[in-house]
Formats: sequence, C-alpha cells, structure tokens
Amino acid sequence: MIALKSPREIETMRRSGKITAAVLTQVMAAVRPGISTRELDAIAQAGIRERGGIPTFLGYNGFQGSICASVNDEVVHGIPGSRVLRDGDLLSIDIGTTFEDYVSDMAVTVAVGTISPQAQRLLDVTQQCLMVGIAAMVPGARVGDIGAAVQAHALQHGYGVVRELVGHGVGRAMHEEPQVPNYGKAGTGPQLRTGLVLAIEPMITQGDPATQTLEDGWTVVTADGKLAAHFEHTIAMTDDGPKILTLREVGEPPEAQRFRPKEEVRV
Amino acid sequence: MARRRGGRRPDRAKKRSERAAASATPKEEAVEVEGTIVEPLPNAMFRVELANGHKVLAHVSGKIRMNFIRILPGDRVLVELSPYDLTHGRITYRYK
Repeated sequence: MIALKSPREIETMRRSGKITAAVLTQVMAAVRPGISTRELDAIAQAGIRERGGIPTFLGYNGFQGSICASVNDEVVHGIPGSRVLRDGDLLSIDIGTTFEDYVSDMAVTVAVGTISPQAQRLLDVTQQCLMVGIAAMVPGARVGDIGAAVQAHALQHGYGVVRELVGHGVGRAMHEEPQVPNYGKAGTGPQLRTGLVLAIEPMITQGDPATQTLEDGWTVVTADGKLAAHFEHTIAMTDDGPKILTLREVGEPPEAQRFRPKEEVRV
Repeated sequence: MARRRGGRRPDRAKKRSERAAASATPKEEAVEVEGTIVEPLPNAMFRVELANGHKVLAHVSGKIRMNFIRILPGDRVLVELSPYDLTHGRITYRYK
C-alpha cells in the first residue's frame, strides 16, 4: 500500500531531511586520503544525534553503521570499517536520519583526492541521472516515467543501470511502497500524487550493470569490478511539483534549486 | 539506502500453464476412472459418480481450465484419483 503524506508530515520530513543534508555535508568535508570509513561513520552518527535525530541505518536488519560507505567498485551498502581511503578513490556515502518518526534518505558520490577524468564523468552523469529523474516528476506522471528518464540518460552516456536495487517510498519506514526502479517504461506504474514521498537513487556503473553481494551480506559490488556511482534524494510530490527534502545548502547542481522546498516556520 | 528489488508478482497465465503441464504427466500411482458429473459445486469443483458407483469430489485440472472447457451435469469425464484419498479426484478429460 502506498501511504500518502499530509503537508504536516512532509514538513516533518523536510526537517528530517535538513538534518540528513547538514550531516552529510559535514561528512563530505571530512573525506580525504588517509581517513577510514569508520571515522566518517563516527562523524555521521555524532552529527545526527547532535541534531536530535536517530541514525536510521544503524541496526537496520543488523547493519553496523550510520552510513553506507561504498568505495570504487562497491555500488551500495558498504559497511564502514577499517578501510582507509586512498587518493583517487570514488566514495559513495549513503545516509539516513529518523527525526520525529520520519525518515529521510540520501546519498552522494565524492572524489577522494584527485580522480581520473573517466571517474569524474561517471560521477557527473550519475548526478545528472538523479536530476533527470526528479525533473520527470511532473504532475500526472507515473513511477515508470522516472525510471525511463534515468535509464535513457545513463544509456546515452554508455553506462549501466543497476537493476537489483531500486529506490523506494519513504515515510515512517525507510522502505515503503512503491519501488522506484532506475529503469522502466514511461507511462507505467503508480501515478505520482500529491503527498507521495520517494527516494530516487540511480546506481550507475561504468561497465556491465550486473552486481554481486559480498559474503558480509551487505556490500554490493559490480560483477566486472568496474566503478559505480550512486546519488540519492528524498523527494516529496506537492501541488507545487516535486520538492527535494534533502537538498544540501551548498554543492547541489544549479538545476536542483527550483526543487527547493519552502521553509516553514512552525509554531 | 537502496532497497533490494522485491520479487515480481508471478505471471498468472504462465503459472497456470505450468500447473497444467505438471498435471499432464500422469503420476505413476494415479488411478484413472470414468465417471458422470452429478452436480456442480462452487470453486470449480464437481460431485462425480464413478463407474463403480462411488461418489467423489473432483476439481478440474489446470489444462482443462486453460482451454475453458465447460463441464455440465451429465457429462462423462475421466477422473484421476489419488491412491491415498479415494474420495477426491481431478477431472482430466471430458468426453464429447
């Protein structure tokens, strides 16, 4: 069942998203060669708790971490640990906050030090895929329109779209209905109604999109060992079009600004 | 955190044809008997009077259902009986 959210609930989710975005910005600033993913995780956990939130990922199905830190060929769900980042690594950070019972979920992929132009291009295209997906959320559109738009953009640049993992509805639970694949057919799937809140998260690979899950039960890697990137936002469908609830204050692409939610003052 | 894609709902038509294919291979121990439909029951079940005079409850096999073969009281049918439960059977053929 798809649970639509009231304006009041969306406002709470916006505040949840604001925490997530602020903490992620903090974690991104700490990324440098020589730091371990466990240290980044500690920054994230402290940052979320400081702001009155609960790390959603921590303990989710037994996940050990407040962030997913996925390096290079790791697509998503990397467990933070002793791995030390090296110059030239591609790091995906996925983070979620539960605030006043509402979840916000987002991810970015960042360069550690200096990366190759090829890796930078993958990163840029993946971010564009997310923006293209959000732009597809016009009134009356369907979930399949999002996937079709993301897929078309990725394929146009010769990249693969991971199929085993999908975006999802967000609300009181991190994973709600519907599933939001990053591929599909335009005009299919549930209609995007006002009050629907989705996490759109393209996972794009340099090579073949086939993936494998490592023995830790979490880490998803590309089967061919090539690079993967991942960007994610939590987006609410409103009467006024899609609004990105997890928009960061700095570093978002300029086209994201038109999806900035209005700040509301709560009494 | 990305969600693992859930299983797609199985295609009903396909599932039914698979079931029919399974029922098309007669189980080595099934007993085939001729009978006559006595009365139709809900859920595509029928009361069938067998040649030996027994009355059994029989459902319609997937293969017959797939081809939308109508079965009416009085029709002569072929029923497969399980050797373990002789009161239930499966209608596998309707004589013309």
